[in-house]
Amino acid sequence: MAARIHGGAGAGAATALSTFNPKKLVAPSRTNLPARSSKRCIVAAAGSDASKSLRVGHSQKLIANAAVATKAETSATTGTGHELLLFEALQEGLEEEMDRDPHVCVMGEDVGHYGGSYKVTKGLADKFGDLRVLDTPICENAFTGMGIGAAMTGLRPVIEGMNMGFLLLAFNQISNNCGMLHYTSGGQFTIPVVIRGPGGVGRQLGAEHSQRLESYFQSIPGIQMVACSTPYNAKGLMKAAIRSENPVILFEHVLLYNLKEKIPDEEYICNLEEAEMVRPGEHITILTYSRMRYHVMQAAKTLVNKGYDPEVIDIRSLKPFDLYTIGNSVKKTHRDVPTPYAGTLEEWTVVQPAQIVTAVEQLCQ
Amino acid sequence: MALSRLSLRSNRFLRPSTTAAALPSSIRRHVSTDTTPITIETAVPFESHLCDAPSRSVETSSAEILSFFRDMARMRRMEIAADSLYKSKLIRGFCHLYDGQEALAVGMEAAITRKDAIITSYRDHCTFLGRGGELVDAFSELMGRKRGCSNGKGGSMHFYKKDACFYGGHGIVGAQIPLGCGLAFAQKYSKEEFVTFTLYGDGAANQGQLFEALNIAALWDLPAILVCENNHYGMGTATWRSAKSPAYFKRGDYVPGLKVDGMDALAVKQACKFAKEHALKNGPIVLEMDTYRYHGHSMSDPGSTYRTRDEVSGVRQVRDPIERVRKLLLSHDIATEKELKDMEKEVRKEVDDAVAQAKESPVPEPSELFTNMYVKDCGVESFGADRKELKVTLT
Repeated sequence: MAARIHGGAGAGAATALSTFNPKKLVAPSRTNLPARSSKRCIVAAAGSDASKSLRVGHSQKLIANAAVATKAETSATTGTGHELLLFEALQEGLEEEMDRDPHVCVMGEDVGHYGGSYKVTKGLADKFGDLRVLDTPICENAFTGMGIGAAMTGLRPVIEGMNMGFLLLAFNQISNNCGMLHYTSGGQFTIPVVIRGPGGVGRQLGAEHSQRLESYFQSIPGIQMVACSTPYNAKGLMKAAIRSENPVILFEHVLLYNLKEKIPDEEYICNLEEAEMVRPGEHITILTYSRMRYHVMQAAKTLVNKGYDPEVIDIRSLKPFDLYTIGNSVKKTHRDVPTPYAGTLEEWTVVQPAQIVTAVEQLCQ
Repeated sequence: MALSRLSLRSNRFLRPSTTAAALPSSIRRHVSTDTTPITIETAVPFESHLCDAPSRSVETSSAEILSFFRDMARMRRMEIAADSLYKSKLIRGFCHLYDGQEALAVGMEAAITRKDAIITSYRDHCTFLGRGGELVDAFSELMGRKRGCSNGKGGSMHFYKKDACFYGGHGIVGAQIPLGCGLAFAQKYSKEEFVTFTLYGDGAANQGQLFEALNIAALWDLPAILVCENNHYGMGTATWRSAKSPAYFKRGDYVPGLKVDGMDALAVKQACKFAKEHALKNGPIVLEMDTYRYHGHSMSDPGSTYRTRDEVSGVRQVRDPIERVRKLLLSHDIATEKELKDMEKEVRKEVDDAVAQAKESPVPEPSELFTNMYVKDCGVESFGADRKELKVTLT
């Protein structure tokens, strides 16, 4: 099968659904899973496997300047590190950047005194005060616009959407102002905002709270989009996004917040435009990001047992795509399986590992 | 520009409340540099909501009133020139003209500094000029030339001038209001003693984001001044058909408001001065400027389907801002009829020269299509419509 590389158009969601027929669902083990409160134990198993292969396979570099896409030296080995959960990694990244640059501030609903609905901003209000960690009323359109206006003067707000779906209310501000002001002003204004929030299918959160908006935002010029999937890249991408002069949308996932991993003690940033090689392989390239990474890695185990050697790339950077890494991989394997994410109904529209295995087998025939 | 020297003839003062800085008639001075304070009463009283209205006596000077005249004449000329450029298809797309509303731009500038921020909607040509923008930059931007204030990439609705804290220039109705409150937030954050004037129209006054932003501004005590330029028509819909409560200065509810005669530059100046002091001490305030636009909503709108020509010419006769200032100058003997006419001729020439210069300016290079997409454009490749041509790496 000829290589298919995704362009920036975000058409992935549609193509994935057409490939998978829900009726052919094999062993949907998720239907037997307990309710939301125990999400921690479900994901951690996959998470620890993924992070093991992460350390073995990835070619990350610790760089000082996030916006430069250089291919340079390999990462420093993590001697002593410290273990933490993904939301703690995000918080660490945010706190370090707020310490480093007094222009960084956080705004969102319940980010201050409450500590953040997913605890990403816990403790920050006590440390930095109410002027830097701002509890906003429930008006996404207005406070996103305010963040953008503040950014025009040089502040670096981190705007939290309690759920990515709520950011649809601010779509006008994100698309027309955030994305375009740098261009329409002829370069006079930069908008160094970070818009972040969790999205995606959780545990029966309902249709409106389970949206992935990547494909909506893909068409907005002028913004960068990244998705984090491990505590390591969560912290790194958060820091890089804050330091970037461009508006960056950081997609998190509700179910990944409790992933545990050991991350380095020393400071590091991840490159915003780079993909991560999760598992090098020879036969087929599987592109994934965010939560699907774990499904893919589960599928990869099955595939390896069946004799395949899949290469798994966590694309991380959704806009712009890291075509260099992806291109090299596909040139090597000549086959790719994209697993973009579309969750409007729980469970049977979520791509399951078994489906991934089936797809790979079909492609490799 | 050297004016002929005038003598101040104190017996010609008609308005009752001038200060008694009586100068002997034998002293001749340059009127343009005369900054002796004069006090003028505004014709229309202020209406206030939840605050005490400022005094109707406005402190000004001959130099200032003359500068009002010159600046407003320049703005008027610019808009008329833009009209004819649009009709000769040198300006395309949308073009929203401000003639009739000039008093707002000049009055506001007289009350504030260049470090106070202004943000407005798409009817931004004159506001840009008021902030110190050059005529030639304005015309170049309108015609999409490189010399334009946004390098030709913004157009009529996207004028910006960062060094003068003019933040544009926005096409989406009302979207600039949260941006403006964000500017005020940044001013408070940096502990600067400056304010932000966020301008919007009577049409935008019905946007939800206005009330959202006002709530936050009031909650966080931001130095934000929301100015409703009520020209009585939201494109083709009159205010009585779009607003249940057309008292826009009262719609802030818990936020104080002031209604101002927006065709009187001195009243505007007084209100903005008052608003700035208020905002720095007490947080946001809403100003409603009662004004009028002679042109239609934009160049595609004749402006006569929803209002009569008599109405337009009536306002022009009775309330025109430039004529009011002219009468003031003549009655206070600050300038003669002939001098004002000469000034208008000079302004006309200034505008014509700027248009000619702008016409000479080249269009942006094709490579400009891809600049300023990102800051330090991150090495992304950008394709043309069919993915085969125009492959460019954003650098």
